[in-house]
Amino acid sequence: MAWDRNQMAARAALELQDGWYVNLGIGIPTLVSNYIPEGMDVTLQSENGMLGMGAFPIEGEEDADLINAGKQTITELDRTSYFDSSTSFGMIRGGKIAMAILGAMEVAENGDLANWMIPGKLVKGMGGAMDLVAGVGRVVVVMDHASKHGDSKVLKECTLPLTGKAVVDRIITNLGVLDVVEGGLKIVECAEGVTEEELRAATLATIV
Amino acid sequence: MKKVYGSAAEALEGVLHDGMLIAAGGFGLCGIPELLLNAIRDAGTKDLTFASNNAGVDDFGIGILLQTKQVKKMISSYVGENKEFMRQYLGGELELEFNPQGTLAERMRAGGAGIPGFYTKTGVGTVIAEGKEHKDFDGETYILERGIVADLAIVKAWKADDTGNLVFRKTARNFNPPAAMCGKICIAEVEEIVPRGSLGGDAIHLPGIYVHRIIQGDHEKRIEQRTVRTA
Repeated sequence: MAWDRNQMAARAALELQDGWYVNLGIGIPTLVSNYIPEGMDVTLQSENGMLGMGAFPIEGEEDADLINAGKQTITELDRTSYFDSSTSFGMIRGGKIAMAILGAMEVAENGDLANWMIPGKLVKGMGGAMDLVAGVGRVVVVMDHASKHGDSKVLKECTLPLTGKAVVDRIITNLGVLDVVEGGLKIVECAEGVTEEELRAATLATIV
Repeated sequence: MKKVYGSAAEALEGVLHDGMLIAAGGFGLCGIPELLLNAIRDAGTKDLTFASNNAGVDDFGIGILLQTKQVKKMISSYVGENKEFMRQYLGGELELEFNPQGTLAERMRAGGAGIPGFYTKTGVGTVIAEGKEHKDFDGETYILERGIVADLAIVKAWKADDTGNLVFRKTARNFNPPAAMCGKICIAEVEEIVPRGSLGGDAIHLPGIYVHRIIQGDHEKRIEQRTVRTA
């Protein structure tokens, strides 16, 4: 047993704090917005130039001028503001965004993150990920613990080109939660039905 | 001085030349200068370098200029939505310079603001930093990135007055202001040209000093990822 995508997103939502401005990446991180605790004041940033991102629109109300960073149609809220891309990354680089929750291909025990490129195979680009991990207050990665081929994605060292060096603070996977600390990773909790032994066995990184 | 032109082709007259650097606004297909891109395709200008966050899709946006092999190089942060792009890039026909999205936006803004270079911590310790000057400030390492000054900027806005003051709509603003700022010449296409004074000076997003030519036209405004919720 382990967490599914929605349970991982729900666990990641526990990282949010009242009053925070937060950036959610594409994939499982996007689902985190479904689990923001009732009454908690969290403002979502979309790096294409928006603070206060709302839900997806109902059919017929899509607006070509209103999309998120994954190019999906979205809606605005009464708190929404819009701005240009240089202003958007000014607030990211300037440390105004409290936390980014991102997906990853690999994370290493020193907090190195790889999530933008597989040489010779996948050449899409880093988008805003390098700016986010360099600039925001806290970086939380949400991803499956292993690749489709069953290989651990939680490594001693990343094998893929890096998105950022020593930037990850916390890793949430289907098997549990790990923090990047001095000397390696520290187990914070195991997913429901997962033992510490199973989590250790599935992890190539040093666990301290 | 007259800034309003009758069509995209007219507005581009005397501006295009082979091998030029064009900065284009837009994010994905949102807020892209679609009319000017169509006119550049029709003009047949070759060996173009585009500084643009994305490369459109196969049949819309900058993608149409890839089909006609008019693009030599892209400076972009994300090109994942374009199969023809991948084919040309992997085949060695197209150069690609990846820039982190915020670095690209700031390179445009800086170029337009007379700043030839700036230090950023984005990309430190990655391939992006290779060959770039590193410098420590207050115990943290930064890399030097260059401002971009483009031969031409092409942008899309919602409304303009005839002096070139621009107003954008929602997330269609994105890269348009910084792209406009970094162009030696900037052409803006808008949905509506309104009378002088009607936009209100406090509400202007980009002052007309950055905008040299304006056209009005009908926009397709294609949606890339139509996503809805069930009510």
